[in-house]
Amino acid sequence: MSIFGLFRKQQSAPMARERLQVLLAHERASASTDLVAVLREEILAVIARHVEIDSDKVHIKIDRDENVSILEIDVEIPLAATAQAA
Amino acid sequence: MGKVIVVTSGKGGVGKTTSTAALGAALAQRNERVVVVDFDVGLRNLDLVMGAERRVVYDLINVIQGEAKLSQALIRDKRLETLFLLPASQTRDKNNLTAEGVERVITELKRVFDWVICDSPAGIESGATHAMRHADVAVVVTNPEVSSVRDSDRIIGLLDAKTVKAERGERMEKHLLLTRYDASRAERGDMLKVDDVLEILSIPLLGIIPESMDVLRASNLGSPVTLADARSAPAMAYFDAARRLAGEALPITIPGEKRGIFDKIFGRKAA
Repeated sequence: MSIFGLFRKQQSAPMARERLQVLLAHERASASTDLVAVLREEILAVIARHVEIDSDKVHIKIDRDENVSILEIDVEIPLAATAQAA
Repeated sequence: MGKVIVVTSGKGGVGKTTSTAALGAALAQRNERVVVVDFDVGLRNLDLVMGAERRVVYDLINVIQGEAKLSQALIRDKRLETLFLLPASQTRDKNNLTAEGVERVITELKRVFDWVICDSPAGIESGATHAMRHADVAVVVTNPEVSSVRDSDRIIGLLDAKTVKAERGERMEKHLLLTRYDASRAERGDMLKVDDVLEILSIPLLGIIPESMDVLRASNLGSPVTLADARSAPAMAYFDAARRLAGEALPITIPGEKRGIFDKIFGRKAA
């Protein structure tokens, strides 16, 4: 690379290629069943069996990475519900 | 109450999604609360252009069917605090879009956001008519090319017939956004000029976006062009268009047009 290369903008095509590979790998894999979506619904159903879920107090985040997906379910459980279960 | 904008064109591939992302980010950079909504059910791409494709949890169809709350489906942009995306569904059929469902979602969004920008699918079928139905303002994206101009004319007709505003007998505000414009080709006579397109479509001009490598570069990176390189020619043209949308009266400049020294001194209409 010449010294002028340092001042040039970084290439964007490799980034496009990587983003597409990750995205399409996930979309092809979940064409029949989206495991993350199934897990999301089942986990919420289990929680709902024990406490009444206020859907405003549920925050769900997904991050699909190259080799792993991260499913983050954040449920606020009121103290009253904890006392009932005990 | 926020303003609802539909970005539409009839023809595919003219830059609706690019323009939705760029205008949305430009308005959010003015600290206004913006949501961009993808109406292209089954072929969503706004998430990809916005760089949020890995973070989609729920979508517009989930909200319409009552499977998720609107607040759970909205994805906040990682770069701009006031910019949100409501993605389309990739797996569901577009027949899941119902008139009542769309109306409910748009009404709710208008309460929270200053701008609700709807990215229409190509074509003139139900997806496109749902996207335009509740709009206060339409941005008609057109390339200086015969088939695009013809399809834009068709879409303008639909905007005057199939929107809530039109049915109430009100005037539908429509603006032309001319994209992929190459001033040197137009000057050589190899491309329709701005005035040609304006004369044919006769709607006011919102902006002229020059043909540019920066647009592809931005989509490669998953960033609206107004965020990826704010000082590039297309970004500056989108910033101006956003200011005009917000009501500012800015003179239109044709990006990349070669101007003689006399024009520069005396302005475009001189001599």
